[in-house]
Amino acid sequence: MELNVILAIAYRDLIKFGRDPARLISSFVFPVLFIGVFGPTLQANLGADAGYDFLVFTFTGIFAQTLFSSSAQGIVSLIEDRENDFSQEIFVSPISRYSIVFGKIMGESLVALPQGAAIIIFGVLIGVSLSASQLVGLTLAALAACLFGGAFGLVVLANLSSQRAANQIFPFLTIPQFFLAGVFTPIKVLPAYLDILSRISPMRYAVDLARGLFYEGQPEYPKVVLQDPLTNLVIIAAMFGLFLVAGTFLFARSERNR
Amino acid sequence: MQPVIEVANLTKRYRRAEANAVDGISFTVAPGELLALLGPNGAGKTTTISILTTRLAPTSGTVRVVGHNVVSEASAVRKNVGIIFQNPSLDLNLTAEENVRFHTILYGLYPFRPTFSTMSRRYQQQVHDLSVVLGLEGDIFKPVKTFSSGMKRKLEIIRSLIHQPRVLFLDEPTTGLDAASRRNLWEYLKLAREKDGTTFFLTTHNLEEAEQADTICIIDKGRIVSYGTPPQIKANLIEEYLLVDANDRERLRGELMGLALSFSETPLFKINLNGHSAYQVIRSIDTPLTTVKIHAPTLEDAYLAIVENS
Repeated sequence: MELNVILAIAYRDLIKFGRDPARLISSFVFPVLFIGVFGPTLQANLGADAGYDFLVFTFTGIFAQTLFSSSAQGIVSLIEDRENDFSQEIFVSPISRYSIVFGKIMGESLVALPQGAAIIIFGVLIGVSLSASQLVGLTLAALAACLFGGAFGLVVLANLSSQRAANQIFPFLTIPQFFLAGVFTPIKVLPAYLDILSRISPMRYAVDLARGLFYEGQPEYPKVVLQDPLTNLVIIAAMFGLFLVAGTFLFARSERNR
Repeated sequence: MQPVIEVANLTKRYRRAEANAVDGISFTVAPGELLALLGPNGAGKTTTISILTTRLAPTSGTVRVVGHNVVSEASAVRKNVGIIFQNPSLDLNLTAEENVRFHTILYGLYPFRPTFSTMSRRYQQQVHDLSVVLGLEGDIFKPVKTFSSGMKRKLEIIRSLIHQPRVLFLDEPTTGLDAASRRNLWEYLKLAREKDGTTFFLTTHNLEEAEQADTICIIDKGRIVSYGTPPQIKANLIEEYLLVDANDRERLRGELMGLALSFSETPLFKINLNGHSAYQVIRSIDTPLTTVKIHAPTLEDAYLAIVENS
């Protein structure tokens, strides 16, 4: 196991994040904006009919979505390395392709987790009440969302050729998932065609896992949560493994077979 | 002695390309040798070096570097080679030292530590020594973003030598460098060669640079068009001739025929010297000459002629 290499690659991502003030600020501002705007708006208009608090609903959705997206977006930055010729340095070194990918996913998870912490603090400030067991649940969900988002990013990356393509295609793959995964809109009932799309949206499982662990034992649980956390976790683990193996294979191949 | 690099019938055709970028080339490089792969843009130099450094899969043929097959034993090859790429492959967001540290961890020389001061003494000493030799000691903790191209190249040399590779590949390393930086680079590389006996494999389109090599391999359109030591290449390529003319061209023509000199009219009389001295030839002509020009092409003329004819 090339633990040192994985740590070094992960640490590099963390350093880069710390030295990029624009990314630092935007990564905290967006989730806060989403929760601060969508939560109260939906709650004021629909909260009474829904029978659960939309502020909390949005908070849990954005929490999982932010970690998933940030990690995925971070992995796509490997393309940037390729265009800066830096990836050559990594790719000619005598290390396994899996170590590169794993280090990168770990690094992007470390970058995403402080954003998760900031969202929790913001949530508490605007009135989301949080027990210790819920905090533990969210932490577990956060780890799963980061790793899963990273693996998703890898599959996307393996099929993209340039930063330009990434900038244009990536939003198409993530923004629809905001709605298909029910980040701030309820998806308990969906027309058949949307239900299919929703079930193939990876983000859905990350969001539902976070909600399942957060709402565990609460009266709102059956209204909000789609399936139990264990089922979500199994699906996430299966998709993660598949994405990781297929993504690494495709990525390494696209580097060498030109 | 077992060659360090063995290339046999190497061919590469890129996907959707109509011609082979590298078309059945074979050569070997001995330990400690400096081989220059010379050729115009698009000749197949970068393709060749990419395959030799395991970054690109060949279409056919076999390549062994330090005794290992570049396809089936890529990892063993990577451990033993260093590469300086055509475009600097540094992380601009990191400091110079962070780039070097990252490299040493990738090559398994030292365990990961988050800061310079927590790395081992040996590493600190090594970085210090190399940065002194290359004149970067004052800048080693500065972000690479602030470096000039010459400084970036020096940093890449430090990085590529720190794991003491058996072969150092350099893909047009002096592109974009000024004369002083170019000279410096060569001095440092010579030092490394003398000290560690490293084998060098260089691609270039610069003749002056190629002349410093032990062996020059000229390729064009993916094929080897000339191979040998710089003096051999020169001897094969350089054609010396004399251009003369006279008012009485009839008489000059007769005289040249009488002297059994090989010549052509271009319309000046072009006399191939074939080893004769220009002075002797001129002395032997009695016809009053109006024009005398000695043509001794440089290696560059010869190279251009080869490349145009191939």
